[in-house]
Amino acid sequence: MERNNHLRRQVANLRQSLFDQGYLDDQFIELEELQDDANPNFVEEIVTLFYKDSARLIHSIDQALEKQPLDFTKLDNYMHQFKGSSSSIGAKKVKIECTQFSEYWRAGNVEGCKRTFQQLKREYVVLRKKLEVYFQSARQAGPTETMSCRPN
Amino acid sequence: MMNIGSGSLMSVPSCTGSWKSGDVVSDQFPVGLRVLVVDDDPTCLRILEKMLRNCHYEVTKCNRAEIALSLLRENKNGFDIVISDVHMPDMDGFKLLEHIGLEMDLPVIMMSADDSKDVVMKGVTHGAYDYLIKPVRIEALKNIWQHVVRKKKHELKDNNYDQSGSVEEGDRQQKASEDVDYSSSANEGNCKNSKKRKEEEEEADERDDASALKKPRVVWSVELHQQFVQAVHQLGIDKAVPKKILELMNVPGLTRENVASHLQKYRLYLRRLSGVSQHQNGLNNSFMGRPDATFGIISNLNGLDLQAIAAAGQIPAQSLATLQAAALGRSATKSAIPMPLVDQRNLFSFENSKLRYPEGQQLQLNNSNKQTDLLHGIPTNMELKQLANLHNPSESFVGMNMQVNSTTQHNNSLLMRMSQSQPRAQMLNGANNGSQVSRLPLSMQQSLSSEGIPGAVLAQSGIVDNAHGSVYNPVSQASSMVDFSVNQSKELQSYNFSLGSNSSGMSTMTNRGMLQEEVNSDIKGSRGFPSNYDIFNELQPKSQNWSLQNVFSTFDASHHPSIQGTQGVSSQLLLQQGISSTHNSERNRNVPIGKPMYSNGEQSGHSNPMGGPQLNSVGGNMLAVKAERFPDADYQSTIFPVQFGQDDLMSAYLKQQGSVEPVETEFGFDGYTLDNLPV
Repeated sequence: MERNNHLRRQVANLRQSLFDQGYLDDQFIELEELQDDANPNFVEEIVTLFYKDSARLIHSIDQALEKQPLDFTKLDNYMHQFKGSSSSIGAKKVKIECTQFSEYWRAGNVEGCKRTFQQLKREYVVLRKKLEVYFQSARQAGPTETMSCRPN
Repeated sequence: MMNIGSGSLMSVPSCTGSWKSGDVVSDQFPVGLRVLVVDDDPTCLRILEKMLRNCHYEVTKCNRAEIALSLLRENKNGFDIVISDVHMPDMDGFKLLEHIGLEMDLPVIMMSADDSKDVVMKGVTHGAYDYLIKPVRIEALKNIWQHVVRKKKHELKDNNYDQSGSVEEGDRQQKASEDVDYSSSANEGNCKNSKKRKEEEEEADERDDASALKKPRVVWSVELHQQFVQAVHQLGIDKAVPKKILELMNVPGLTRENVASHLQKYRLYLRRLSGVSQHQNGLNNSFMGRPDATFGIISNLNGLDLQAIAAAGQIPAQSLATLQAAALGRSATKSAIPMPLVDQRNLFSFENSKLRYPEGQQLQLNNSNKQTDLLHGIPTNMELKQLANLHNPSESFVGMNMQVNSTTQHNNSLLMRMSQSQPRAQMLNGANNGSQVSRLPLSMQQSLSSEGIPGAVLAQSGIVDNAHGSVYNPVSQASSMVDFSVNQSKELQSYNFSLGSNSSGMSTMTNRGMLQEEVNSDIKGSRGFPSNYDIFNELQPKSQNWSLQNVFSTFDASHHPSIQGTQGVSSQLLLQQGISSTHNSERNRNVPIGKPMYSNGEQSGHSNPMGGPQLNSVGGNMLAVKAERFPDADYQSTIFPVQFGQDDLMSAYLKQQGSVEPVETEFGFDGYTLDNLPV
C-alpha cells in the first residue's frame, strides 16, 4: 500500500514532468478523460497506434526529402498528416517541430526543412521513450487516479 | 481496409428513429445521434470514435471517403451527420462534402489540422456545417447535434417561407407595383421584359394573395448574386440600400424586396465572416434580428450551402414531388416531405428513368395558381420550391433549385419540361437570353455532374432559355435550377438548373406530362430564362434562406473556436472559388456558370475562366464547392461508383439536346458546352 502510494506518486510526477517539460499538452488530457472502465488503457492504445501509424509517415517523409527534385505536394501532405496525428495525442514538441517545418517549407528553405525534420524525429523518439516509461509505471501502480489532474 | 465502427455500421438505431424523422427533437435526443466519421488517420479516427461514443452518439467510423460515400448511399437514412477530415488520400474532403450535400443532404462537419483561413473558408463556402480544427476536443463534438436540428428546422421554415413569399421586408403590398414598375423602368429592350412583366404581374397577383399562395422564390443565381455584390460594393456596404442596389443591378423582374431580403442575408453573412472568432451562437443570436427563422438559420446554416448543393444535386434524385413541394415552398410540404430519397434518386438516375413523386409529399405543389402561372411562364421559383420540398424536408435548398418547378403543379410537368426541353441544350449553350441564371446552372452543373448529381446541375441555363417565353419552363428549369443552386452554394438560391437532371430526369418526366407540350414547345425555343428573375424574387426571402445561407454561412462554427462565426462565409467567396475551380478544369466548357461551381477548396484560387463574373468573394459556397470538384477529373471515377451516373445523365441529356456532345471533363460528366450563356 505504501509502496503503491509511492508508485502512484512517482507516476504522477512522471506525468507532471511530461507536461512541465513541454512534451505533452492539453490534448493528452483530453485523451485521459476519454479513458474509462470500458477502455481502461485507452491512452496507451492511442499512443501505440500513433507510433505505429506514424512510423511509415516518418519514413515517407525521410524518403521524400531525399528525392531530387522534391515532391512538394507529397511532402506537404505527409507533413500535414503527421501534424494532425501528433497533435491529436498531444505531442507538443513534435507538433512544434511540424509547425517549424511548415514555416521553412513555405519559405522555400529546404535545408531548414531537413534540419527541422531531423529535430522532429528526435523529439518523436524521445517522447515515445518517455511515454513508454510512463505507461509502464502507471500499470505497475495500478488503476490511476492520477490521470485526471490537469497540469497547471 | 475499411475501418468501420464496431458493429454499428449502418444499423439504424431505433433510438434515433424517433427524433430523426419528422420531429425535431425527442426526449432522448441527441442520444443516439448517428454519426459517420471519416478520417484517414487511424489515430484521429479512433480518438474521434471514442469521443463521440462518450457523447452517447452512435458512431460509425470510416477511413476512406469512398467507403463513406457508399455507406451513406446504401443507407440513405442511416446517418444524421457526417464528420470528415479535409485531407484524405483518396478523395478530397471538400469533394466528399459536396457529394454528401448533394446526394444525401446531411450536415457535414469538416475537420483539419489546417487552420489557415482559406481552408476554413473553403469549408464554409462548400457548405460545411462546421469546421473543426484538430486536435478536436470532445466539447466541440458534443454540440454537433445542433446542426442536425438546425437543418431540419431550417427546412421546415423554408417551407413556411415559401408560403409567405418574400415578404420579409414587409413590403408585400408594394411588391406588385414595384415589380411592375421596376420591370418597366428597367427595361433594356430585353425581349424578356414583357414576359417578365407579365410574370411579375402574375407574381404580384400571387403575392397579393400571399398567404394563400406560394410566392415564387427568387433564385439568386451565381450571376445574380455577383451582380448584387458588385452593386453593394459599388455603393459601399454601409450605404447599400435595396433600392439603389436594385437600380445598379438593373435586373428586370427583380424587386426591391428581393434585394432587401438578400441584402439582409448578405449582411449577416458578412458579419459572420468577420466575427469568426466569436462564439457562433452568440453571433448568430446577435445577427438574428430577423424574426424570420430563416435568417437566423442562415447564420447557422453553414451547412446550408451544402444542403443547398445537396439539394440541388439531389433534386433530381429526389422525387420531383419533393422538389415541387419545396419549390412551391408550401409550408406544409416541407416538413411533410418524406421524400423518399431513394425514389428521388432514381428519378434522375438513368437507371430509373422514372420520375417518382413521393405520394406522400405534398409536392404536388398544388398551387393551382402556380400552375397556370407556369403555363404562363410563371416563375419557376415555385417549381423549384416544390421540387425542393420534394427533396427532403431538410432540403431547403432543393426548394431553391426547384424554383423552376415550383410553379408547376406537377413536378412532373416541370420536370418534363425540363427534360424535354431542348432548351437545355440551348441553355447549355448559353442560349439564355441574357439570363444570368442560365449561366450559372451550367457551371453548377458541371460541378454537380461531376459529383454525380444527376440532374441537379443541369440546366439552369437551359431553363433560362426556356423561360424565354412567357412560359416558364419551370420544369426544365427547375431541374437545372435545382442542380445549379446546389452547386452554387446556397446563396444562389436555387438557381440551379440542373441541366443534367433535366435531361435525364426529364425524359422520365415527360410521361407525366403536364406541361409537357408547353415544355417542349417552350423549351425548344431558345428562350431565355426570363423567369429567373421571378424565381429570384420568389425564392429570395424565404425559402431560400438556405440558399443565401449557404452563401453566407457555410458552417456553424459555434463550437469551433477557430471558425466561429464564420457561418456567413460569403457565398460569393464560395462561388468564386467554385467558379475558379471549375474553370480550371472546365476550360473547355464554356460555362459561364462556372462561377459558382464548387471548389474543392483546392482551387479556390482560380479565377473563373468561364467568364462569368465571379461571385465575389462573398460566397458561393456551394458553387465554389462544386467547381473545385470538377476539376478533379478523377473525382468522377471515384465518386459514383454505382450512382446513377451523372455522366450518364449528362450524356443522355446532352445527347438529347443534340447540341452537346459529351465531353470528358474534369467534372467527370460529359460536358456540354454552354456557348452562349450570357454571363
